Amino acid sequence: MNRMQLKWPEQTASGNPSLEGPTAVELSGVSVTFGRGEQAVPALAQTTLRIADGDFLALVGPSGCGKSTILRLVGGLVRPSTGVVVVGGREVAAKALRIGMAFQNPTLLPWLTIEQNVLLPLKIVEPYRSEFRKKRRTEFRDKAHALLDQVGLSGFASRFPWQLSGGMLQRANLCRALIHEPRLLLLDEPFGALDQFTREELWSTLQTLWLAHRPTVLLVTHDLREAGFLANRICVMSARPGRIIDDSSVPFQRPRTIQMTFEPDFVALNQRLREFIVSARSENT
Amino acid sequence: MRQNLTQKFWSGGLIVLFFVLWELFCLATGMSDLVLPRPSQVFATMFNRFPVLWPHILQTLSTTMIGFVLGVALGVLLGAIIGVSKVAYDTAYPLLIGFSSIPKVAVVPIFVLWFGSGSVPAVLTALSICFFPIVVNIATGLATTEPELEDVLKALGASKFDILWNVGLPRTMPFFFASLKVAVSYAFVGAVLSETVASNRGIGNVMMTASSNFNVPLVFAGLFILAILGVALYLIFSLIEQRITGWATRKNDLVVT
Repeated sequence: MNRMQLKWPEQTASGNPSLEGPTAVELSGVSVTFGRGEQAVPALAQTTLRIADGDFLALVGPSGCGKSTILRLVGGLVRPSTGVVVVGGREVAAKALRIGMAFQNPTLLPWLTIEQNVLLPLKIVEPYRSEFRKKRRTEFRDKAHALLDQVGLSGFASRFPWQLSGGMLQRANLCRALIHEPRLLLLDEPFGALDQFTREELWSTLQTLWLAHRPTVLLVTHDLREAGFLANRICVMSARPGRIIDDSSVPFQRPRTIQMTFEPDFVALNQRLREFIVSARSENT
Repeated sequence: MRQNLTQKFWSGGLIVLFFVLWELFCLATGMSDLVLPRPSQVFATMFNRFPVLWPHILQTLSTTMIGFVLGVALGVLLGAIIGVSKVAYDTAYPLLIGFSSIPKVAVVPIFVLWFGSGSVPAVLTALSICFFPIVVNIATGLATTEPELEDVLKALGASKFDILWNVGLPRTMPFFFASLKVAVSYAFVGAVLSETVASNRGIGNVMMTASSNFNVPLVFAGLFILAILGVALYLIFSLIEQRITGWATRKNDLVVT
């Protein structure tokens, strides 16, 4: 392989290329407190965050800092205690943007084949839902097969989840999160349970999928290399109650390679992020 | 596979051995057939009286099945309600447990009082005895849906009904079919119980009449028929269970890596 060149793109007017363009997600003055009265637990301190359409943002931070809470806010699964969450120009409950979601646990349904699992969102999301019973069924199947091809699961459409390895299940999980062409993809530690090599393979797969479909992605992860490899922008959060203490763009050229994660620039970024998290952790103790 | 066959062989062998020992015991002790008839006598009675017994078998089977079907319908409905809603679960559970712990023999007279003797109390007893395991299993199955999956679907905009239909109910199927096996046996017991107390038809009634006439072989023939029918019903529902929810019991030995 030729050596990867690490080119820094030209700085734009705002100084941050990923802040350009229309907004996909906006959190303004959002905080979350679980429980009431004496037992109230602040999960997220006042946070303001804007994610540009088509951007890839990674949230990193010490565990329990509220990363997942932000993700769940954006997915409309948690209501903010204060502030407003706007997704696709409207309040999150309006479901103005099609959302795809994937967690660490692949949660494929054991009684369905991989293909049927991948097709599940189409049975729920309009406009596909009303078309599902009609003749477009074969069209949908082709679509599922195309996605499965992209993640390297070509021959496995008619297998059942219990016949697949963990890495393959997670690939299928990604396909399920993408089948309905979401404009917003929410990923919560999707590769957390996989071994190092499978994880790196899936980073590349996810990058390919992102480059092909260009959804806005919000990725929650513990893994700084993962964040650096995948994201355009990385937000570091403090310990609970979380707030964003650093927001930096990741300028490396795409498509990125695993090799790049060992280059000095990448390592330097990694170390900088690491120091933020270490200090955030010690602040708490 | 081979192990399975061996096991079946021994199960069959044990049943045969049981009857042989029984037969030998009666012959050796010269036991009167008014106390304990020999199995060969019982089988002979069963065979000879079969034309007379057949309508009673049908009666017992039909009340069992009607009670069972109604019980399943009621059980699924109640189970779905208390499985989906935490509030309903906490509220209704004590009442359900209270109801299920009443010995059903105690409610038969009430059913007879309301509906007269015959098929109706038998159906109702079967129903009331068999719906509880279904309620419990459906509720458990629904309550154990993975929270992550629910989040994935909610983020897609799925309604509670969508989640119930696509995830909750299919996930409940193994629990449901496991409970059907139990419930059908219970329904059978309930129907016979009611026939024994208050009916002029059905195997339960045949046994009551036979015992008051000291026709002990016929009493035992009734018992044997009940055992055979009970096992048959259980087997039928086990087979259905295996067919439909095989995914839940599959081993992991076919994992592709």
